[in-house]
Amino acid sequence: MTTVARGFTVRQHLICLRGITWREGLRFVHQRERFISALVRPLVWLFIFAAGFRQILGVSIIPPYDTYVLYEVYVTPGLIAMIQLFNGMQSSLSMVYDREMGNMRMLLVSPFPRWYLLVSKLLASTAVSILQVAAFLVVAELWGVDLPPWGLVAVIPALVLVGLMLGALGMLLSSMIKQLENFAGVMNFVIFPMFFASSALYPLWLVQQSSPMVYLICRLNPFTYGIELIRFSLYGKLDPIALVVVVVMTAVFMIGAIVAYDPARGLLVRRGGGPG
Amino acid sequence: MTDDGAAPALAVSGVSHAYGARKALDDVTLAVGQGQFTALLGLNGAGKTTLLSLVTRLFDTKVGSISVLGYRIDREPGEALRQLGVVFQARTLDLDLSVRENLLFHASLHGIGGREARERTAEVLADVELAERARDKARNLSGGQMRRVEIARALLHRPRLLVLDEPTVGLDIASKLAIVTHVRTLVRDRGVAVLWTTHLLDEIEPSDNVVILHQGKCMAAGLVSDVIAQNGSNSLRGAFTSLTGSREMVA
Repeated sequence: MTTVARGFTVRQHLICLRGITWREGLRFVHQRERFISALVRPLVWLFIFAAGFRQILGVSIIPPYDTYVLYEVYVTPGLIAMIQLFNGMQSSLSMVYDREMGNMRMLLVSPFPRWYLLVSKLLASTAVSILQVAAFLVVAELWGVDLPPWGLVAVIPALVLVGLMLGALGMLLSSMIKQLENFAGVMNFVIFPMFFASSALYPLWLVQQSSPMVYLICRLNPFTYGIELIRFSLYGKLDPIALVVVVVMTAVFMIGAIVAYDPARGLLVRRGGGPG
Repeated sequence: MTDDGAAPALAVSGVSHAYGARKALDDVTLAVGQGQFTALLGLNGAGKTTLLSLVTRLFDTKVGSISVLGYRIDREPGEALRQLGVVFQARTLDLDLSVRENLLFHASLHGIGGREARERTAEVLADVELAERARDKARNLSGGQMRRVEIARALLHRPRLLVLDEPTVGLDIASKLAIVTHVRTLVRDRGVAVLWTTHLLDEIEPSDNVVILHQGKCMAAGLVSDVIAQNGSNSLRGAFTSLTGSREMVA
């Protein structure tokens, strides 16, 4: 009997990553309603909400803008981040569904290290979120939202980082949710508070004038920093604080998810149920 | 430890596991030899699925040790899992993907890609006589066909140990017979070791090895004939009843 070779080559790691990304992409393509709702949600905000607020809400000259901008322009980075937030949570929902249906077990019994499988899944989910953002930006451009063309390229690294942060948060949440039915709580306690208590819809200086307490909450919300990272990148600028917060929070959420899915320490085992 | 050919396909030694205060497994020891068919027999709640969750590293082994072809699942999980094909009791196919896509995805999870993955997919599907369903969505298959695809998938990376958790539950007689026959052929013709968990006596043959698990404890292990003789019974049903005090075993 021959001794079996130990470990996997770099090529095999890439095959695994490509397979996980391919599956995530296929599921996205097969679930057309998911794509449509991912696109319609921010467009409703852009077409209706922004049109209404355009006349009410004045946006003064604040970085990264060099001049006054229309409300549609201001709100666009927030809506981009919103797409990635929903995608991260959708990915989390799909992990809970996979766990309930048993699909997740096949991923977890792969011989690749579990951290690598989770990171691959996270990268795959981020790639899908960037495709959604690209579709949204095409429609926004047609709607008249004026963004610098080179900004659409400069924003890509920011989209990767923010997608990773929100995907990692979703993954961590998925490890804490025992049943699909409990997912509604994520909507109420994670998505809505994160979105509204941020700089997505209104500049923080306006929030500060209205309520110092809400301003503080917005400042503590990592989603705010994700939005600002995207906003500055769209104009070829860098918000260093936003970059640091996003990188640190991505690491924190990712480590939390890896620990939660670790068979030795995982929350799944502590709860007395299997990950499948 | 490396696989030197002498190691059993599966070695479980002194394994215990608890869910909070409830003990699911208590000092379980068993072995499955290479190229051997072993039935893990027990009623619902005996601890069979928990044991398989430990063998597949879904749960961590905290007490005792588990080795697959000599590789400790806690110390060398990658090597151990490469030797292992798994068919879980619950359906684990992605219903939104085609049969072929499910298998290609599994191949990638074992680092197999490109032409090799496509060839192996065609090969294992032909083995379970489902080549013509390759492009069908998994959700359009019958229960028996899904199970055969899951077995094909478990064999795609050519494992030397196949564990199946009550694979015939919920299937009709014809599907059940097809699966049992196919798995026994794998043992006979390809030397694949099999751990087959069941609560159905008619799935066990006199020449098989059997392990009887009851309330988390290993009550007996060995050739069916030896287990019967050791308990002074005249059938496996009799031995099981005498060991467990239960008459609930089916068929």
